[in-house]
Amino acid sequence: MLWQLPFIVSALLVIIGLYICIAKTNLIKMVMGVSLMESGANLFLVSLGYRKGGIAPIYTSSPGGEMVMPTPQALTLTSIVIGVATTALMLSFIVMMYKHYRTCDARKARRLRG
Amino acid sequence: MSKIVRGMASILYPLIAVFGGYLVLHGHLTPGGGFQGGAVVASAIALAVVAYGSGLYKKGIFSGFESFGLLLFIALGFVGMSCYFFTNVFANTGTIVLFGQVVSYGTTSPPFFSGGTVPMMNMAVGFEVVGGLSLIILALAQASFDDETEVEKEVEKEVGL
Amino acid sequence: MRRSVAFVGLLIVAASLLYAAYYMRGFGEPEHTAMDDYFINNAQNETGASNVVTSIVFDYRGYDTLGEATVLFSAVTGVLVAVRRSLKRGMDVEKGMDAKKDNGGDGS
Repeated sequence: MLWQLPFIVSALLVIIGLYICIAKTNLIKMVMGVSLMESGANLFLVSLGYRKGGIAPIYTSSPGGEMVMPTPQALTLTSIVIGVATTALMLSFIVMMYKHYRTCDARKARRLRG
Repeated sequence: MSKIVRGMASILYPLIAVFGGYLVLHGHLTPGGGFQGGAVVASAIALAVVAYGSGLYKKGIFSGFESFGLLLFIALGFVGMSCYFFTNVFANTGTIVLFGQVVSYGTTSPPFFSGGTVPMMNMAVGFEVVGGLSLIILALAQASFDDETEVEKEVEKEVGL
Repeated sequence: MRRSVAFVGLLIVAASLLYAAYYMRGFGEPEHTAMDDYFINNAQNETGASNVVTSIVFDYRGYDTLGEATVLFSAVTGVLVAVRRSLKRGMDVEKGMDAKKDNGGDGS
């Protein structure tokens, strides 16, 4: 069980992020929960490409040996940037909602006419 | 912000910017690249905005950075149109100006001017990420200016509370 | 009532995620490595870059990076559209307060 630890940790991150999104009603805490879920998914992607006893896939001053797989690292770069874009848009909507409703509670910001 | 914060921010700001520029320029030799280095330079600008207020920069120069970076990236894709889109035509050709020095398999100390269009694309993406993230930070800092509480603070100061 | 149903659903999702994480393929023993072996052996000959991850991101899979740059650009445009009214009002109030401070400083 100890040897599968990176996969279990990424599953725990997704579960904790999902719990925060369900149980908390403050809007900024919901954004933090979504960001935690994205971190769990990125950690799972990077830990898929590991080889036992491998070194970094860079040839400059490398000590020689077998290299880990470089493709999941390239895909994780794209995923992190897309997470940043999503978080920036969510935070700008929260700023606009606070100016209109004067509250940050998701249960009170429900009037459709405005 | 207080004098200590402003003094330390003005000391640290050029060091962080130079480190971010190093990450962008050496992206084809060491760990780094366009996205990583651009994020580090944007964090230096965020430090300046936190220490000195949001009226420090105008938004026009960062908008110019972002548009220039994306247009340069698309233009570099059309350079190798003889074979197909995004071909690397300058790699391993032998010239120094166009990043074309020869790198063979297994070299552990490659020269700087190698790689073809890869370092040029690193710089284009670095420009775009710096402009984009700084625009987000400046826009959110200027939009959070709550005019009701600021006018109340001014009135309290004049009355003498 | 609605929150207890949500928590029961959360328990089911958590149990299935942990079961999948425990019975996965072993950590450190990948199976299908033909594409990555080709990238590691031929990156320096074909692209000339010594950083294999950068050569994948900008040369072998450059089209994905074009999409990612477009996503970042459109996110910045979306943020600027959403806060447009507050920017104009904030800058007007700041100009008004600066003018008041200058008048008060000269007068007193």
